[in-house]
Amino acid sequence: MNRLLPRLLMAPAVLTLLLWMIVPLAMTIYFSFVSYNLMQPGEHPFAGLENFHYFVTDPDFWPAVSNTLLLIGSVIVITVVGGVLLALLVNEPFPGRGIVRVLLISPFFVMPAVNALLWKHMMMNPIYGVLADLWRFFGATPVDWLTDVPLLSVIIMVAWQWLPFACLIFITSLQSLDREQMEAARMDGASAPQRFFYLTIPHLGRPMAVVIMIEMIFLLSVFAEIAITTNGGPGNESTNLTYMIFKQSLMNFDVGVASAGALFAVVLANIVAAFLIRIVGKNLD
Amino acid sequence: MAYLELQNIQKSFGDAHIIRGVNLEIQKGEFIVFVGPSGCGKSTLLRLIAGLEPTTSGQLMLDGKDITNLASGKRDLAMVFQSYALYPHMSVADNMSFALKLAGVPKEEIRRKVAHAAEQLNLTQYLARTPKELSGGQRQRVAIGRAIVRAPKVFLFDEPLSNLDAALRGNTRVEIHKLHVALGATSIYVTHDQVEAMTLADRVVVLKDGVIEQVGTPMALYDRPVNRFVAQFIGMPSMNMVPAAAIPSFSSKTDGRLPADGFLGVRPEGLQVHPGHGAGVPGRVDLVEALGADTLIHVDVDGVPLIARQNERTPLRVGDDVGVELDPTVLHLFDRQGQALAV
Amino acid sequence: MQPNLLLQSLRTLGAWAAALLLFFPLGWLFLTAFKTELQAIAVPPLFVFEPTLDNFAEVQRRSDYLLYARNSLITSLGSTVLGLLIAAPAAYSMAFFRTKRTRDILMWMLSTKMMPAVGALVPIYVLAQSAGMLDSLSALTIVFTLSNLPIMVWMLYTSYKDIPNEILEAARMDGASLWTEFRHVVLPLSVGGLASTGLLCLVLSWNEAFWALNLVSAKAGTLATLISQYSSPEGLFWAKLSAASLMAIAPIVVFGWFSQKQLVQGLTFGAVK
Repeated sequence: MNRLLPRLLMAPAVLTLLLWMIVPLAMTIYFSFVSYNLMQPGEHPFAGLENFHYFVTDPDFWPAVSNTLLLIGSVIVITVVGGVLLALLVNEPFPGRGIVRVLLISPFFVMPAVNALLWKHMMMNPIYGVLADLWRFFGATPVDWLTDVPLLSVIIMVAWQWLPFACLIFITSLQSLDREQMEAARMDGASAPQRFFYLTIPHLGRPMAVVIMIEMIFLLSVFAEIAITTNGGPGNESTNLTYMIFKQSLMNFDVGVASAGALFAVVLANIVAAFLIRIVGKNLD
Repeated sequence: MAYLELQNIQKSFGDAHIIRGVNLEIQKGEFIVFVGPSGCGKSTLLRLIAGLEPTTSGQLMLDGKDITNLASGKRDLAMVFQSYALYPHMSVADNMSFALKLAGVPKEEIRRKVAHAAEQLNLTQYLARTPKELSGGQRQRVAIGRAIVRAPKVFLFDEPLSNLDAALRGNTRVEIHKLHVALGATSIYVTHDQVEAMTLADRVVVLKDGVIEQVGTPMALYDRPVNRFVAQFIGMPSMNMVPAAAIPSFSSKTDGRLPADGFLGVRPEGLQVHPGHGAGVPGRVDLVEALGADTLIHVDVDGVPLIARQNERTPLRVGDDVGVELDPTVLHLFDRQGQALAV
Repeated sequence: MQPNLLLQSLRTLGAWAAALLLFFPLGWLFLTAFKTELQAIAVPPLFVFEPTLDNFAEVQRRSDYLLYARNSLITSLGSTVLGLLIAAPAAYSMAFFRTKRTRDILMWMLSTKMMPAVGALVPIYVLAQSAGMLDSLSALTIVFTLSNLPIMVWMLYTSYKDIPNEILEAARMDGASLWTEFRHVVLPLSVGGLASTGLLCLVLSWNEAFWALNLVSAKAGTLATLISQYSSPEGLFWAKLSAASLMAIAPIVVFGWFSQKQLVQGLTFGAVK
């Protein structure tokens, strides 16, 4: 009884997650090595590394990779820097602080689909959008965001959504900053900027690392915003790795190539996850 | 047949051998105190008796029944935890009735017992409150009340006073003592505070490194410690321990019974300090602690630090020259291994 | 003191400005939902106008909106309940019957969450297709459950661990069996954790976009699907679009306000306190 009960309790969770992890992975690996197109029923002959080759030499590949890196990188920079600044701003009490906090975190809970549409029509439409109005107010010609600077537009949308997340994490972390430590530093003669660099920033080091890694993982899978606004275009200017794989699998129906691409994404994510797990693991006990 | 018997109890956690063979007989109605330094195993021993941990080997007999492999809920023991462990979501009354409810006792009887215990502990007006609305001392009394209501065969206390402030500790200690007198229940009480041990116990069990060093009444332990460890553990401030060769004029008072590599033990009240170099061994005052009713004088005699205690105030100050005299009737002699020698 | 007052005012001003700026798109969405279509596309933009509830009514009247909303509700609630049923015992076991392997298992569970969904897209799609479960609520619910399971296990684990062990020992000494212990002590004390975990799962499932856009469409589509169908520029739809969007996101945004703390805990796996 002593050994059996805990195992029984854990069994459903462990089993389902095991299946969830292994089955798709095994299938993906299998598919990546065969020639399989959903439009062509019949045999799936072994294709060796052909799918990988095809994926990598696809004209969309390198643009997708660089777009992915650009997207992830820019959003991370914007959210971390912005998040820290905002968190510091809100850290001390002031009138209406509660409301400000609520306003600041709201964008995170908006459905990505709504997020996409919101920006596409409300903000970025070159004729009726708010940004267009703003541009005209200052006498400039409005920018056709989605056509002229598609990747930047996506970056803006995604950053808008994730900035509150980073902000919230940093706010939470700042609250655990030891007041007494700050006071000791003041008595030691440290000025405000010095206290910021020597005490606050190091304290935020861990949450920053966590935010960066979590965002890396989720940003790799940015999909809805692209699918709903630019469809990866014009051309492949705003296609990221995820969208490219999607295109291959559900638009070109080439499961083999898509699987090859998916493996790339999985490997990438694994590398990042390994680091994150290390940090989380240290905190576990 | 003793009421509670521990027969050769051993307990290991992995490679760590915490309890190394404990044998003990406890009579019905006794108040036993387990005392010892941190890590000596006293709490572990208590938890073994409670059944919260299984023994590695050995037997536990309670009222003639072998309870070694019985689940804690079935041993008819009640425990008062160090952190009180009250159920935070239940009222005081519910906390105290929980065990009885589980045992299927009729509601009316439960109510009566809880009311009676609450009265004994001055908790009657708090019966409807939840633990978070109570002070530390009140919570502690609820923890005790929870145990009393069950009228168990043995009460187990795990350092119940250590989370209270000093004043409250003193008061509660007296209350526990009075409760024991009123209820006459067999109790085992774990503490690291030897004052609690001395004042509450019928018998004290001194533990070190998982082994019993000595069992006896408080005064027996005070007057006739069997080894250096017990001698220095019991009594505040500790007994002065002087190596035989360090102060020859002290050692000579033993008429040769002290071996050359042994130790001479004398309690602070057994030393008299005289100003100037008149009588006794010369020394110098290191520190004077005036406590009001007592005065403690720390003296350095040939590099050996000693503490003397007296009832009178003293004009002595740090650096004064003094003479230290020894009362030969209260000496304790120990051999090289620290075992006490017969006087 | 003068400098302090200045700093304080600047801070207040700055914070409010940042908050309003960040919130603006949402605020604009909110306003537009109450405009007529003509007002919605007015140039320059209208801030003052007579609000109307027509858009909401119109959206309500379209039956397919309700269908999608219903689907969102079913999949979110379904995955939350299913997830709790699977995760709670596992977390309980890991918190109270800890073994040497417990930590590794927990870490492994978390790592499954970190695999990008796109990695599983093809196999799941193919599986669903061959099982005839494309465009079905059950498939979506299962996928949601599995996606959120690691986070739920983690959050429940931490809330169980928060229960002091001594209280359980006290219950044991009071004669409680394992089941009694669970029912009378663990359950009441962990209700908060269950609620906040459930809330988080609800939010995550409701907002889920990747699977919703790829696995389902006409029959089992969720609100995410519906919204995505408006992606073509039919300009005269904006006020209604805003109303529809507002109805889609409002409850979750409000939930989110209440579950801030859980969000931090859940999404960072406790790495940030």
